[in-house]
Amino acid sequence: MHVYANPARFLKIARPLTPVLGWSGAALIAGALYVGLFVAPPERFQGETVRIIYLHVPAAWLGMAGWGAIALASLMQLVWRHPLAAVAARSAALPGAVFTAICLITGSLWGSRAWGTFWEWDGRMTSMLVLLFLYCGYIALAGAEKEKGGEGRLAAIFGLVGAVNLPIIHYSVLWWNTLHQGQSIDFLRGTSRIDASMLWPLLVSALGFSLLFGAIVLMRMRAELARNKVEARLKRMASA
Amino acid sequence: MSPWTLVIASYAIALAGTLGLTLWSWLAMRRAEAQAETLGRRQ
Repeated sequence: MHVYANPARFLKIARPLTPVLGWSGAALIAGALYVGLFVAPPERFQGETVRIIYLHVPAAWLGMAGWGAIALASLMQLVWRHPLAAVAARSAALPGAVFTAICLITGSLWGSRAWGTFWEWDGRMTSMLVLLFLYCGYIALAGAEKEKGGEGRLAAIFGLVGAVNLPIIHYSVLWWNTLHQGQSIDFLRGTSRIDASMLWPLLVSALGFSLLFGAIVLMRMRAELARNKVEARLKRMASA
Repeated sequence: MSPWTLVIASYAIALAGTLGLTLWSWLAMRRAEAQAETLGRRQ
């Protein structure tokens, strides 16, 4: 990991990797959503609204994974002072926030039919809403720190502390009586309560969205590195 | 509301959000890298 903390070395890998992740992600998403919309069967109780899960579950996963990435990058920034860690954390924030919002909106639309309500102050939904607020706070704090020329240490601490919400989201369906359904897929035990005809498009969709998320983060990192380069050159030209 | 209305609304919102974010990130990257390259060539 330390090897790739060098911006030049990182860019050498990120440049060819960005289109690979982006296009393969887009192709997987297109295939999975086509199957999810037109091939997979409707569910016995949920009917056609089950098709929303092919978007909702990957969005929820990426909302949480995005904050996981921020927390990991923040730890690397605080402990090892990786020059790229703060850039990576800032680059993951907006995509994470967008997918959290998508998760909340699609979940709400699904709930209006399945539960008869768009919103309930239930453990899972509330903790996901808190995650969205954390993203907004992080984006504002990291942006303000960068503008003032800081290293982003405050934002890094906020990123680490905010990770406390991740296990709360995950275990909310076990700790509290919630409207939200419990865990359907157990990756540790390799078991699932979802029929294979619905499970496969769901997993492919999650993989596709994850690859695209990776491409978006790389694009945002490359943009920030290029802007930093321009800023440094302009400063050098001004002082010469 | 019919289930298909909810499904179509969900897909429209999610795909518009994802596509918008991707396009915005790509354009920002292209613009920033082009600017850095132009400045590098001028020096």
